[in-house]
Amino acid sequence: MTSSKQTTGETTPGTTSRDTSAQAQAIDVVGVDRVFRRRRDEVVALQDVTVSVAPGEFVSLIGPSGCGKSTLLRLVADLDTPTSGSVTVFGKSARQARRDQDYGIAFQQAGLLPWRTVASNIELPLKLHGVGASERRARSCELLELVGLQDFGRHHPDQLSGGMQQRVAIARALAERPRLLLMDEPFGALDEITRERMQNELVRICRETSAAVLFVTHSIPEAVFLSDRVVVMSPRPGRIVEIVPAGGGMGTSHERTDEVRDAAEFFHTVATVREHLHGAPVVGARAVENR
Amino acid sequence: MSAAISTEVSAQDATQPQPRPPLLNGLRLSDLRLSAVLAPLAVGAAFLGGWQLAVDGLGIDPYIVPAPSAIWDQLVAARSNIVDGMVVTGRNALLGMLLGGLVGVLGAVVSSMVKVVDQMAVPIVAALSVVPIVALAPVLYTMFGAAVDTGRIVVAALAVSIPVYLNTLRGLRQVSAVHRELMWAYAATPTQVVRTVTLPTATPYVFTGLRIASSLAVISALIAEYFGGPVGGLGKAITSAASSSNYPLAWAYVTGSIVLGLAFYVVTLLVELWFARHAPRT
Repeated sequence: MTSSKQTTGETTPGTTSRDTSAQAQAIDVVGVDRVFRRRRDEVVALQDVTVSVAPGEFVSLIGPSGCGKSTLLRLVADLDTPTSGSVTVFGKSARQARRDQDYGIAFQQAGLLPWRTVASNIELPLKLHGVGASERRARSCELLELVGLQDFGRHHPDQLSGGMQQRVAIARALAERPRLLLMDEPFGALDEITRERMQNELVRICRETSAAVLFVTHSIPEAVFLSDRVVVMSPRPGRIVEIVPAGGGMGTSHERTDEVRDAAEFFHTVATVREHLHGAPVVGARAVENR
Repeated sequence: MSAAISTEVSAQDATQPQPRPPLLNGLRLSDLRLSAVLAPLAVGAAFLGGWQLAVDGLGIDPYIVPAPSAIWDQLVAARSNIVDGMVVTGRNALLGMLLGGLVGVLGAVVSSMVKVVDQMAVPIVAALSVVPIVALAPVLYTMFGAAVDTGRIVVAALAVSIPVYLNTLRGLRQVSAVHRELMWAYAATPTQVVRTVTLPTATPYVFTGLRIASSLAVISALIAEYFGGPVGGLGKAITSAASSSNYPLAWAYVTGSIVLGLAFYVVTLLVELWFARHAPRT
């Protein structure tokens, strides 16, 4: 039934160069189900989900509300555990990867600690893991520059706009130089203009850090602009409909500039993702359902 | 910890309001201006002027209401006695506040960690918060002896501990889901979670409790003096001045207790605003 699901190891134009080495995938999700049981109700949040992210690759999860895209990200982050199936991060279990701090994470809410300055918010994960004060200071200076907030280190979060707070949250996620970034609608609460600027900055940050990214969004252009591959999901039960490669004329996810937003290939990929989201050709068994 | 997190359906549960100290309606330290003080001062001056005119014009006897000028004369004449009384009563109130604050915070920490304790504490706290605690003063004088201030301190401490307990407990439960998950993602130890997130979140709430309790502490310490115990405090001075028919002096001591109560309130309010200065505006 789910014949359209692509095999996970398939190389796409955007990832060819990075898949050559024999190292472990950044994320490997195999046959994962997640069922929420509440008294007698059962909600199948994810059904038979198989997907992987190569080191340095940018993969977006897209789908309507309730399709389980956030749940999938939370499984990778070990904020939740799968009912069945396996989730591995750099060849280890998700739990071990979390304990080893193999990923950085950013949520839709910036989630900064309001009583700490911007710099000490960025230093928080380093401080929790016993990094010395001078090294923390140096790293937060570096990161503030990376996200363009070098003059705001001593401010408190309440003195910053929403977009600036979100950049601080991204800097915090990058503090320990993770090889994997998990982002759950980090730009969801921002206006369109700030959002596009943040997307451009994220492309630059990924290029400079060469981290792999799993990115949850419900904006089709955002997913296509940022990603090497876009994973299209459908709700009830949450499953993968199609994995759309976003490369070709747009180049890899590290090569995106504002011109890509006007490229024919970009519009074509957006249309492809939209087709799969609205799901006409996918449901073979229910094709008779016409009014 | 992990079980609590994995029962949540999605990250959407994280959209809780950020921690915000209650009751202040977003008042901030930086909002305090001279104009905010001048208006109430003008109202107060007008009130005192009207009072003086009414007493003079209508020929009201001092035992009903003495004139503000007569009270002021006594205030100046007996100022050292009044200050001494404020020190005695203020010391009882302060010690009671520290003791009650400590009991309230520790109790809240235990209740937040052990659910059974929390459930057991609910009826006790409800009972204590409706009982007029100063009514315990005579019993406590018998218990600790009428020659020491201990009974008064205990009365103030009991009155303080309830609002501090309730507010601290509330504060300890305000940790937002996104902060909890962040700490989990960082693999932070339970001690680190408490130090980094739980206590800083609860701190403004502790001081909200102390602000509410500050006037209770002064009231309790002062009223407890009405029921006996050593002389020297404001409460004793008020009753003895009134019973010797020196009404302006009694009012002068009342003025002293008003100043004392206000001092407690203002200091705790400023401390609270200081700790809440970075809470997000809503």
